[in-house]
Amino acid sequence: MTEFFTTTNLGITLLTLGQVLAVVVPLLVALAFLLYADRKIWAAVQLRRGPNVVGVFGLLQSFADFIKYAVKEIVYPAGSDKVVFLLAPMVSLVMALIAWAVIPFNDGWVVSDINVAILYVMAVSSLEVYGVIMGGWASNSKYPFLGSLRSAAQMISYEVSLGLIIIGIIITTGSMNFGDIVMAQDGKYGIFSWYWLPHFPMMFLFLISAMAETNRPPFDLPEAESELVAGYQVEYSSTPFLLFMIGEYVAIVLMCALVSLLFLGGWLSPIPGLPDGIVWMLLKICFVFFIFSMVKAISPRYRYDQLMRIGWKVFLPMSLVWVVLVSFLAKFELFGGAYARWAIGG
Amino acid sequence: MTIADYAFWLFSICVIVGGFCTVISRNPVHSVLWLILAFLSAAGLFVLLGAEFVAMLLIIVYVGAVAVLFLFVVMMLDVDFAELKAGMAQYLPLSLLIGVILLMQLGIVFGPWEFSDSAQSLRAAVTPEDTHNTAALGLILYDQYFLLFQLSGLILLVAMIGAIVLTLRHRKDVKRQNVLEQMWRDPADAMELKDVKPGQGL
Repeated sequence: MTEFFTTTNLGITLLTLGQVLAVVVPLLVALAFLLYADRKIWAAVQLRRGPNVVGVFGLLQSFADFIKYAVKEIVYPAGSDKVVFLLAPMVSLVMALIAWAVIPFNDGWVVSDINVAILYVMAVSSLEVYGVIMGGWASNSKYPFLGSLRSAAQMISYEVSLGLIIIGIIITTGSMNFGDIVMAQDGKYGIFSWYWLPHFPMMFLFLISAMAETNRPPFDLPEAESELVAGYQVEYSSTPFLLFMIGEYVAIVLMCALVSLLFLGGWLSPIPGLPDGIVWMLLKICFVFFIFSMVKAISPRYRYDQLMRIGWKVFLPMSLVWVVLVSFLAKFELFGGAYARWAIGG
Repeated sequence: MTIADYAFWLFSICVIVGGFCTVISRNPVHSVLWLILAFLSAAGLFVLLGAEFVAMLLIIVYVGAVAVLFLFVVMMLDVDFAELKAGMAQYLPLSLLIGVILLMQLGIVFGPWEFSDSAQSLRAAVTPEDTHNTAALGLILYDQYFLLFQLSGLILLVAMIGAIVLTLRHRKDVKRQNVLEQMWRDPADAMELKDVKPGQGL
């Protein structure tokens, strides 16, 4: 039986398919509840009740929304490019989902354990912008087009600082594999060995850049409703819109997973004595998602020129200086090798 | 056939179809999208060759940045491509001539191509067995060819400075925002704070 799954073509295909489903299905179900949590947190900050009608405490609200979207009619704007118009939301969702192939949830619990895992995630997240550009262009309407232009510029700008911050982590670890990165954080000081402390300022830069990269408030300029109605999503209805929305949230949760893997020790247990495991990973993802929601609730939207200024003139120089600094600290193994985990062996 | 073989055929067909459609598409935006498909499939081929670092760089640099700029330009420009293509018949003989010459040159290069006996061992020397190809590339770039690498970086820097100097112009008629000045302003001068109890309002 094991032989069938590891040697024959059909077996390998079935096994991979099973692994993919084992990641994607729980992810999408969890997403429904994360969406609900997002709305509840937002409502709580604004002293509203939030969704509370469908199911107990409104827990099934996301599923009701799903059915509502799925049964509505797809409207094509006049003069739109139908193929690209429908392709855009699919690209958006697929690109957000395939990045999860390299995200480990526990030691070895990963669909594809590749050496260039971080580069893969960067590559896929740089592709996500195409869903937005294609959607904005194919709608043949001015607000979506303006929204997609904004989004493209924004995502490219913040990818640069995200990449540079990650380079610091790679230098410290000496590997681009997520498993190695988490294991390198497993030091003798427990929670203080994790990268949030050695890379302290960069963790916040990463969080903020991640919000900008995923078009999340306060950087949701591409869909700023007071200026652009809903940006690139204006002309979308029904399932295509749903795909856009799910894709956006999957990308956000991916960023949460990245923060917990890169800075918060992944599946490592924060309390000495308790075993490491997938529970910690999920808790950390939820914690980071909570921060994302709170930021959405309590901060006003940036102006576009401020967004560009902070990306290019503040974050980029800071992360560049940090890369140089980390290389220096790693080269001479200062601070007990906190920046050169490959040298001290984990 | 293994799965890698199927993947090879899939990616190669996608590269060829993508490249072909890039040329024949009437809509320039579609052309760029086909070009992106060709890039992605080429990256897939690199992965199959075991050059995963190059594959990821191809996607990040070409698809993630360069092609986005292509798309930007093509979407923003209102060029009448039908008019541009009208002159095609005029230039067709010349382009055909260039194509034939290129094909002949390629034939001259690849016709007598032979692998030397040491080719396999040279390949092995580039990527040693026990290191990943990212590490191997890093060693070659930053240790072996460090000076050349720095030199190429310098050339790029000069090119960048040149581009900035050429396009820089100081406009007097634009109102600018001095961010630092705004940040150092005393908030007490500008606004008054009220302590509002939760759930009550003013």
